[in-house]
Amino acid sequence: MKVKDSHAPTAPQTQQQSGEDTKGVLRELVAHLRQNRTQLREEWARRITQARLLTAMTEEEIFAEATSVYDNYVEALETGTFEALQAYARNLSERIIPRGVETHEVIGIVLLLRDVLARSLFEKYHEDFTKLNRILDSYEPAANRVANTVAVGFVQERERIIRQQQEAIRELSTPVLQVRERLLILPIIGVIDPQRARQLTEQLLRAIRTNRAKVVVIDITGVAAMDSNVANHLVQTVEASRLLGATVIVTGLSPEIAQTLVTIGVDLSEMATVGDLQGGIEEAERLLGYKVLSLAEPAAPPQPA
Amino acid sequence: MEVPILKQGHYLIASIQSALTDADLSQLREALITRVGKYRARGVIVDVTALDVMDSFAVRTLRDIAHMARLRGSETVIVGIQPEVAFAMVQLGLSLKGISTALDLEEGLAFLDAKARERV
Repeated sequence: MKVKDSHAPTAPQTQQQSGEDTKGVLRELVAHLRQNRTQLREEWARRITQARLLTAMTEEEIFAEATSVYDNYVEALETGTFEALQAYARNLSERIIPRGVETHEVIGIVLLLRDVLARSLFEKYHEDFTKLNRILDSYEPAANRVANTVAVGFVQERERIIRQQQEAIRELSTPVLQVRERLLILPIIGVIDPQRARQLTEQLLRAIRTNRAKVVVIDITGVAAMDSNVANHLVQTVEASRLLGATVIVTGLSPEIAQTLVTIGVDLSEMATVGDLQGGIEEAERLLGYKVLSLAEPAAPPQPA
Repeated sequence: MEVPILKQGHYLIASIQSALTDADLSQLREALITRVGKYRARGVIVDVTALDVMDSFAVRTLRDIAHMARLRGSETVIVGIQPEVAFAMVQLGLSLKGISTALDLEEGLAFLDAKARERV
């Protein structure tokens, strides 16, 4: 693989080089990194701790990760292919993001590794300046590309997690739960805007279909305020559910909401309302023909001795 | 397209298979109301599972069928309204107030059976 040729065509050329020569330089570089693996790795881990990066991880963990990163790094330099490193970076990000590792830390440690390795190269070749230049010509573009790959992998992983969480929040905002055969509850929490009301209704209607629900309890204890729009949405939801053959019971109307609704004159005559969620579920059970008995207190009076 | 009307016990079942024109709907209404008397049906079930749209005429016809059947001594249930259709209907203000609905044919039959038991 011609890392140098393909990635740094504009790098300063100190002398005439053939492809063979570049390969030779790279081979020498990799050999050097392999030879001094233990020492460079330790130096790197020490620098990481010194710079107070990765504070969320223990020293052993840092050392273990450093080892794998180092090996992957050297491999990427040697082969000029970044797929393995990319996969590793993604995997690493997956593991460390939940532990609160920040972007600047990840970029920081990769740059530290680059510096540590560059220093060791300086040390080794400081007597032969031309050779050092050739080695660096090979090393720098590849090292930068590695840093780039790791950083991009980390950021991509973060973005993936954010997208996933947004999706989860959207789903969670309208959970339709089955509590008994054919009985669903829909607790609504927070602000209801037209878009959410629509999503809510659609999700409820789909759930009624899939669960073959007969009764739905909509609990709006968590809704702080209600205006005529929201009330109308609610009425529409009730009516649409009825078209699918399900009865809706609305529970948890706060005193404020009750007053508002009566004051603004929303017609809720079509809606069955019960004070709280418990009452709503009891009413629903009654409609479905369930009877809930406590095992501790036998319902039947004790038999005479 | 003519809608087949099946007799099942004391009930008539009209199962709509495809989108209907206004003429088809009127024809269905006529046929149902006539047959309610002919078969002495106690209940009518109109299955609209196959419909993905329901316009105002269709809704009005269904409402008329229910009211007319009731006048002739028969209870009507509309079954199988799709979630999307239900949503569109309430948004357009096309309501089926006062008319029984059920999830599907099975539920509709169960509902009519329960009604019949109530009457006994």
